Amino acid sequence: MKFIYKTWWKVLAVVLVFYTLISGLLFQVPRLDILHETIRNLYFHVPMWMAMLTALVISVYYSILYLRTGKEEHDLAAVECVNTGMIFYGLGLITGMLWAKYTWGEYWSGDPKQNSAAIAFLLYCAYLVLRNSIDEEQTRAKISAIYNIFAFPIMIVLLFILPRMTDSLHPGGAGGNPGFNKYDLDSHMRMVLYPAFLGWSLLSLWIATIRYRIRLIEHKKNAIN
Amino acid sequence: MKRLLTLIVLMLSFVAVRAQTGKNVEMADALRGSGKIYVVVATIAIVFVGLAIYLFSIDRRLKKIEKENYIKNQSYFV
Repeated sequence: MKFIYKTWWKVLAVVLVFYTLISGLLFQVPRLDILHETIRNLYFHVPMWMAMLTALVISVYYSILYLRTGKEEHDLAAVECVNTGMIFYGLGLITGMLWAKYTWGEYWSGDPKQNSAAIAFLLYCAYLVLRNSIDEEQTRAKISAIYNIFAFPIMIVLLFILPRMTDSLHPGGAGGNPGFNKYDLDSHMRMVLYPAFLGWSLLSLWIATIRYRIRLIEHKKNAIN
Repeated sequence: MKRLLTLIVLMLSFVAVRAQTGKNVEMADALRGSGKIYVVVATIAIVFVGLAIYLFSIDRRLKKIEKENYIKNQSYFV
């Protein structure tokens, strides 16, 4: 697949993100109590999670592919996707904390989604630690691929299912949200939010491919020596 | 010293000119409207365009290195 060497989707990523930066700040948004203009954070905070999710989904795909084919480069692709996903994970957490400070009153108020995001973060930290603790290449690749495949559904449950079953400050929780009424995404907001999802996802994919390509060169150099 | 003096004089003259401008002079005020949010938008846009160009240049450099290492000719990513 030569897709990662193509330029068009990188241009698309830049154009989409650029569009959402401008429209996200200037387009009309619903007037809501507590949130005020911070509702625009929806365009910048939530896409971080989308970008993370994209990177981690692709990582699982390559972990499965590695177990099926045993090709080392699939293992490298999986790791670099997790590495990139973790960057966006961190950005999502930090932007979320900042937003929470000015709408919920605290950086960390023990909201179910915040707590499970922290747990899932540790889950992936454990993945990276586990990987680095094994010296033998094939064992490392195999064990980390299996771990990755199991970690992914647990992360999904922690982030997107459990918080929605209890009272949560985040939208979608049973207890409702002080700012959002369920999802009061109007059509104006969708016009910015969905391109933002796609744009940031492609951007994270781009960064992941750059990391992967560097890793590939390093790997090749090591193999020769 | 002479230069510094010129600079100070120029700065002072700027203040003087500013003081003279009337209130109803037509100016390109678009970027100063709505609490000057457009200035912030423009700044963010510049930052992002800069980062995007930077990413593209990294991509290009990587391509060059890959060519030297014959990475592209191998059938990775099947």
